Amino acid sequence: MMVQLKRINDTWKQFRRSLLKLQIRRWPVVPILVILTFLLMAIFANLITPHSPTEQSLPERLIPPAWQAGGSTDHLLGTDVLGRDVLSRIIFGSRVSLLVAFLSLLIGGLGGTLLGVIAGYSGGKLDAVIMRAADSTLAFPMILLALLLAVTLGPSLQNVVIAISITLWARYARAVRGEVLSVKERDFVAQAKIVGCSRFRIIVQHILPNVLNTVVVLLTLQVGWVIIVEATLSFLGAGVPPPTPTWGSMVSDGREYLVAAWWISFLPGIAIVMVVLSFNLMGDWLSEALDPKLREAAVG
Amino acid sequence: MDKVHLEVENLKTYFFTRRGVVKAVDGVSFSVNQAQTFGLVGESGCGKSVSCLSILRLVPEPAGRIVGGRILLGGENLLEKTEEKMRKIRGSRISMILQDPMTSLNPVFTIGDQLFEALQLHRHLKGQSLLDRGKELLKKVGIASPEFRLRNYPHELSGGMKQRVVGAIALSCEPHLLICDEPTTSLDVTIQAQYLSLLKELQQQAGLTMIFVTHDFGIVARMCDRVGVMYAGRMVEVADCRELFNNPTHPYTKALMSSVPKLEMREERLLSIEGEPPALYNLPTGCSFAPRCTSRSTECKMEEFPPNVEVEDGHWVNCWRYG
Repeated sequence: MMVQLKRINDTWKQFRRSLLKLQIRRWPVVPILVILTFLLMAIFANLITPHSPTEQSLPERLIPPAWQAGGSTDHLLGTDVLGRDVLSRIIFGSRVSLLVAFLSLLIGGLGGTLLGVIAGYSGGKLDAVIMRAADSTLAFPMILLALLLAVTLGPSLQNVVIAISITLWARYARAVRGEVLSVKERDFVAQAKIVGCSRFRIIVQHILPNVLNTVVVLLTLQVGWVIIVEATLSFLGAGVPPPTPTWGSMVSDGREYLVAAWWISFLPGIAIVMVVLSFNLMGDWLSEALDPKLREAAVG
Repeated sequence: MDKVHLEVENLKTYFFTRRGVVKAVDGVSFSVNQAQTFGLVGESGCGKSVSCLSILRLVPEPAGRIVGGRILLGGENLLEKTEEKMRKIRGSRISMILQDPMTSLNPVFTIGDQLFEALQLHRHLKGQSLLDRGKELLKKVGIASPEFRLRNYPHELSGGMKQRVVGAIALSCEPHLLICDEPTTSLDVTIQAQYLSLLKELQQQAGLTMIFVTHDFGIVARMCDRVGVMYAGRMVEVADCRELFNNPTHPYTKALMSSVPKLEMREERLLSIEGEPPALYNLPTGCSFAPRCTSRSTECKMEEFPPNVEVEDGHWVNCWRYG
């Protein structure tokens, strides 16, 4: 008896060890660090910026970054045409990008998921109504919608989030509905009915967790897209209005100085690339890591 | 002792599709006594599984619907119960084991979580008593180191073990009636034998009434007390197990039995039944087996499906040759 207990204990310990080994070896360390850095940047922006992002200083305009001739350590990444510190603006810009991404994905992504689950599980008229609504939303060009909102209601953070959410939800609803349709047919759902589960319980307890994998991966992969969209809207002038610094508007502002003062557009552009790439890489890793079968294969 | 536990009377379950009405179950009747095993035999598509789903009232909607008949469990008509009452019955009074263990278990939850679900729903167990009952159930179905297994995920178990877990879940709330829908079809032969022994043992321990759906006569011989042979949505022969093997009466039953290859066979060609089962949305008039029957006569294509005739005590056939 003692021998058996010990054996069980050993197996369990070994299992845990290999699980930990797997994680550390295979975590996408760099992308996660990058994301964490930008996240912390956004949260503690006030504390770490060397200058105010909106303070103009005409005598200090167009100073190049510190490592170039004419640069100074006072403005590590240089200044723009109005003398505003580029580094501070990039730091504060991360707030907007990440906030817009978070809110849009929350409203659009989760809202779409919910509607997708309802559509997929209910079938019939409800399904048809939701899907037709999704199709019409997808047919509408999002940029146009955002511009419309900006023109009629004035540009603001809310309008950007609304515009992006409206485009997002339909994608999630469709993807999730498809997943639900296939999960619905699987035997363990029949088994749950046999055991006596209510409709609600089947949806929440059995279908949703099996669909969640897809949703989480979609969410991560779309963060990049949303950030770029927000940048595009700011670039076009339909995004979050000045004086709030956003990466998109920074790229836009530096357009005329691409040759003379490349850093004004280029550096925020690099920030966009870093964040988007990191989220995409993390999304790829997540989609593998979340599949319990693949995880097991890697361990054993 | 020989009390009738489940009585199915003239059950009709149809599927309403664009191609027509599929009469998956068209007037099936049989009864199962307490602590007895009733075997439902037939080809794929004959309506065995749909009959079982009808008993549980889990026929896929909106296309499928039970359009007629009665299903009496201990005297109560299940077809008259509300959905809420049925949900209380499912899992606690009637339970079912499905065919494919690979997909019967939810891959994202542990075995323990799934085992506890029925117990939480019907017996309202919590905490330590829930855990203890879980371990007890796993031990009962012959799974070693139950504490460890409770924390495993389905993909960490072999097919045979998964099917045992499914059995444990089915029996967790001590149902009175257990329906097994070809539970050993996807297991290999040695595991099959073990699993069937287990089921038999559990049945004897608990005085369980069982309905066993299969297309394998070997399993029928081993497990069943009474057998019903189905074809194209109808019951064509019902008899006690031994009687059926000694005295198969319906041409379909005879053909089925002779098509099973035997070790002592000297012929080079395997016997099979000519033709194909009819499309259920377009059944022929008269006996639905007539087009493939070697002993058919002109009578067989008459208007009606042949009525029930008792050829021996407790042995019923639906065939114009005996009607």
